Amino acid sequence: MSKLINWFSEGRSSGKYTLPFVILLLAVTVLASAANLLLPQDSALYVSTYSITLLGKYLCYAMLALAVDIIWGYCGILSLGHGAFFALGGYAMGMYLMRQIGDRGVYGHPILPDFMVFLDWQELPWFWHGMDQFWFAMIMAVLVPGLLAFVFGWLAFRSRVTGVYLSIMTQALTYALLLAFFRNEMGFGGNNGLTDFKEILGFDLQADSTRVSLFIITAILLAVVLMLSQRILSSRLGKVTLAVRDAEARTRFIGYRTERYKVWLFVYSAVIAGVAGALYVPQVGIINPGEFSPINSIEVVIWVAVGGRGTLIGAIIGALLVNYAKTRFTAIMPDGWLFALGALFVLVTLFLPKGLIGLYGQLKSKRQPASSQEVTS
Amino acid sequence: MKYLISFCLLMFASWMPVHAASTETLLEQLTTTKLSKLPDIVEQLAAQEDESLLPVFRAWLAGDLHYVKDSNAIVVEIDVQGNDAYVDPFTQVQLEGISSKDVKKIKVNNKLRGLLRGVIARLQLTSNNADVREGAVRELLADVDEDTFAALENLYPKESNNDVKEMMQTALSIYTAMDKSSSQTSRVAAIEFLGGSLENDVRNALLKLSRDSNEAVAAAADKALVNINRQVERYALVDQLFFGLSLGSVLLLASIGLAITFGVMGVINMAHGEMIMLGAYTTYVVQLVMPNYIDYSIWVAIPAAFLVSGLMGVLIERLVICRLHGRPLETLLATFGISLILQQLVRTIFSPLNRQVSTPSWMSGSWEINPVLSLTLNRLYILAFALLVFLALVFILKKSSLGLNVRAVSQNRSMAKAMGVKTEWVDAMTFGLGSGIAGIAGVALSQLTNVGPNLGQAYIIDSFMVVVFGGVGNLLGTLVAAFTLGIANKFLEPTTGAVLAAILVLVFIILFIQKRPKGLFPQKGRAAE
Repeated sequence: MSKLINWFSEGRSSGKYTLPFVILLLAVTVLASAANLLLPQDSALYVSTYSITLLGKYLCYAMLALAVDIIWGYCGILSLGHGAFFALGGYAMGMYLMRQIGDRGVYGHPILPDFMVFLDWQELPWFWHGMDQFWFAMIMAVLVPGLLAFVFGWLAFRSRVTGVYLSIMTQALTYALLLAFFRNEMGFGGNNGLTDFKEILGFDLQADSTRVSLFIITAILLAVVLMLSQRILSSRLGKVTLAVRDAEARTRFIGYRTERYKVWLFVYSAVIAGVAGALYVPQVGIINPGEFSPINSIEVVIWVAVGGRGTLIGAIIGALLVNYAKTRFTAIMPDGWLFALGALFVLVTLFLPKGLIGLYGQLKSKRQPASSQEVTS
Repeated sequence: MKYLISFCLLMFASWMPVHAASTETLLEQLTTTKLSKLPDIVEQLAAQEDESLLPVFRAWLAGDLHYVKDSNAIVVEIDVQGNDAYVDPFTQVQLEGISSKDVKKIKVNNKLRGLLRGVIARLQLTSNNADVREGAVRELLADVDEDTFAALENLYPKESNNDVKEMMQTALSIYTAMDKSSSQTSRVAAIEFLGGSLENDVRNALLKLSRDSNEAVAAAADKALVNINRQVERYALVDQLFFGLSLGSVLLLASIGLAITFGVMGVINMAHGEMIMLGAYTTYVVQLVMPNYIDYSIWVAIPAAFLVSGLMGVLIERLVICRLHGRPLETLLATFGISLILQQLVRTIFSPLNRQVSTPSWMSGSWEINPVLSLTLNRLYILAFALLVFLALVFILKKSSLGLNVRAVSQNRSMAKAMGVKTEWVDAMTFGLGSGIAGIAGVALSQLTNVGPNLGQAYIIDSFMVVVFGGVGNLLGTLVAAFTLGIANKFLEPTTGAVLAAILVLVFIILFIQKRPKGLFPQKGRAAE
């Protein structure tokens, strides 16, 4: 076991915080879960199920931010369309949950989900087959975003679409999917999306224990993805990736097929986003085309920027902080949130190019002017 | 028998020395006669051949004709801000002190409506206005009876206007073609003439004729129908093309400012859509300020929108973008933040609801080229306006000293700086110009869609697609790309539906970028890398 931990936490200097962070993350998860399940409701330390679900949601967002950070922070690809992979993963999970409803829907049809009965469809579209099997749906949740990322990345990176061009193309991608999923004919519930889920693998989705289990699973998966990504990025592949970020032409001239590195990193990132989406849907109980909207994807980028891009932990911290702020802010003054978010975009890019983690580094280097500072672009 | 009566009455009426009195008595009879007897009165009124009776007939046809219970005076009901009001049909003066309780409706049924339509049309046939005459003949096309045929045949030689003459001949041909008693050759000749008309009623008549018992007539009608359908299809294509061009002009207006800022400065301005929105809201505010001069408001709105958006652009450039020089991705994020702030600002000030901007009277309506093709004027004006803006911009970039500086900076920034060009000033001006143009686009868009906080968002992705498709830093490319995408979108729409068309265009551009990563018209030379 310790060997495994060593294997994971070995690597570059920024990786030295990974293990303590993972331990902290899991400790908080266990404590919060225990406080929800074991303590009575009137106890001062009781954590409500609502809070558990909220935390689980934040962790899904953190995983999405991690996915964006992997390609933006480490490879310089600014994706404004990662919400699309997240939503695709979510839809795969949503389809499974939809099939699990069975004949308990409003119309009571044994096979067809409610919205299909409503649209007067006679049989299940081909892509809904097999989705009643959990393992199949989960493969789809990973495979579909991965495949889309592969095709898109292969097309884009092969013809050397870079920089802002690529960002705009990714945004167009998620926008196109948004338009497509709004159509009823697509067979994904159109405007309303998929909702009214009942149970997952036979467990009631409304039950406290299911909620807590989902939360714990999300936390564990986040920890695994974090350590795995840390490991990948500190490997030789990671070093080439960094070289691509800093001087792609030079790396290419040295003899590396830079587009291959980029495509595989892009696919890896999309798969993580898909997993995050699949974990997100059972916790919030709905998936609709709104998840594809470009603003969602671009918000993820600001989480990463706030936390500090190029540091995986920074992305997670950024996602947690901004989303917590959003929850509090929208409760107090709903109109103010967009002002705050907009200001965050401007101020972070102007004054905090390395995010909060970078700020911590700056403060530390001020105290110890002798130590050399790692430069990230 | 009916005609005989009306003929007698006509003789009688013309013999009567005082016309006005008889009109008055007839009108008074309207209030007392039973519904079944009303057609007689209509015929008698028509026999007066008095054009001043037209408003009475029209109001009657629309079911608005009433009489005052006390005085038996004929009045017309009109709608004044949701309330019923009554006017005198001859003077059009509103009568005070009459409410809906004081009046009774003069009844109308389908038989009367048909009769009234014919009477109105026949009265209009003698009008002095050629358009009114043409309209009147067109009204008659649906049902040409013996009377109208005779009347038209009478009027035809006297008619001086060619359009009216053609319309009359169409009406005469319909009658001849439908008339089983006339010879086969004249019927076929009439049908051949009808084959050149695009009127709806002509098509209906031909459809009837194609089932005619006379085989030669039926065959001729079929042939004429094919001919007409081909023409209709051709005009439908023109119509589609026009809508494509219209969408293209909107895209051009929205994206041309972006082409400047992106092409020259290499800066992605995600707040560009909000500059459009600010322009649209400026139009709204200008109309609020001068509610009595809506027709002229647009001439104030255009420069005002240019200034508002342009100044906002300069402000953004000076405060944010110039600090992020050489970091395009960060600029993208920062300007996105600005777009969020501007949207929320507008939402706070003007409410999140859509605002209605009124169209000046000279821009509303449509240009009817023929019965199947009519182009809406506001789209036509916007198309012309977009081209005008494009030409002005090309002129500024090619001929003015600012344009020279802008081109120098876009080709080689450091060299331009070394030659003494104030690059910072050029940047600010370029950004101001691009944003100002976006503001003008907002004025144009406010005439086509609702003005709301999300107005800009709807166009930003499409605008980026246009710029990417056309090639960065190339105004001609932007023009071609805008119209290509606009037309492609509108031609795909009928077969695939609007949403799928938009998706297909997006996919097409993503694939196109594979082949030509630098767009349709890539920049040549060193500036390319």
